[in-house]
Amino acid sequence: MEQIKLQYPARRKVSKRAHAGVVGSGDLEVLFEPAEGETAHVVIRTSVDGFGDTWKAVLDRFFTKYDGMVRIQINDAGATPGSVMLRLEQAVEASEQ
Amino acid sequence: MSSPKYGAAFINRQSFIELDARERATALLDAGTSRELVGPFDRVESPWLPMQGVTPQEDDGCVVMKGKIAGQAAVVIALEGAFQGGSMGEVSGEKMTAALDLARADNEKGIPTSAVILLETGGVRLQEANLGLAAIAEVMASILALRKHAPVICLTAGTVGCFGGMSLAAGLASYVVLTREGRLGMNGPEVIEQENGVDEFDSTDHALVWAIHGGEQRVDMGLADALVDDDTPQVVDAIRRLVLKGPPPVHRSSQVSLYRRRIEALDASRQWDPKELRALWTSNGFREDKR
Repeated sequence: MEQIKLQYPARRKVSKRAHAGVVGSGDLEVLFEPAEGETAHVVIRTSVDGFGDTWKAVLDRFFTKYDGMVRIQINDAGATPGSVMLRLEQAVEASEQ
Repeated sequence: MSSPKYGAAFINRQSFIELDARERATALLDAGTSRELVGPFDRVESPWLPMQGVTPQEDDGCVVMKGKIAGQAAVVIALEGAFQGGSMGEVSGEKMTAALDLARADNEKGIPTSAVILLETGGVRLQEANLGLAAIAEVMASILALRKHAPVICLTAGTVGCFGGMSLAAGLASYVVLTREGRLGMNGPEVIEQENGVDEFDSTDHALVWAIHGGEQRVDMGLADALVDDDTPQVVDAIRRLVLKGPPPVHRSSQVSLYRRRIEALDASRQWDPKELRALWTSNGFREDKR
């Protein structure tokens, strides 16, 4: 298991927390929690080691259009980048409903 | 099955199996009454999985929801089959035990509270070994204490099924509800094949697996109480009816002489057909528990 920490600039307040997904094979769990301060903190725990660059690329892309002040926790069981993006978007939708 | 009537029913049904543990628990409770206890944001996760390089889940694969069923207080405890095969670890087991014990305490205070346990599990989580075994023993003790006051209903919809130690917990339940897709048994097909060889049990033969472990067989043998379709309103309705029914006069696991007679009647020197077994066990003389 590998832990990856990333940070991104944020400026918009988020009012609700959100949870999506399950730590099942090829899937992941995403937790969004409102946070203070103009930085979004992302903590990723993944069962597949050695994909730090891929994780950074996926999150970099996600944060090109997301600016919420949140703490994001990802627990991953080998999801593909596409699944990761879908779960992130699902969590955004739930946190802004 | 090709008639338009069945086709439409199949297409329009709201699958229960396709729901995850949290959605299943919410679906069973009366609309607007559910409230999750020790949810993912409380971050009570397994301390043992990260040590072994396994990513934990924030709710440890056990969702506890309090609310009402048919207007009565109830707690729903749902295992997430997609996380570590729904296995029972120290944390998930403790959550289940604590929820059952709180329901018992409420009953003792005069608030009738039933429990519904959604079992999609292979039993003990091997990474947590003895702690998982202990957790299942505690769950069983808590079911026995609660079922005196209010029904404890186990539901296995599929597709994981309910195996290992948790099948024993299901055996203690007031009522067991299964779908045709659901499976219930002590040793799962792969385990039997691994221990006794493919001649004993071919786990890739799905027709054989479901003929023995499948919901229809288990209900017709009298090891479970209700068979429902994979349809959320139908599942919800079955659970409501059993909650309102209250605990049975005699629990299945107390009918020792009945099950002893049933087993004695089986001639183990020949191969039994699953349908033959159903016919025998439901024939006259094998229905009532004579003490």
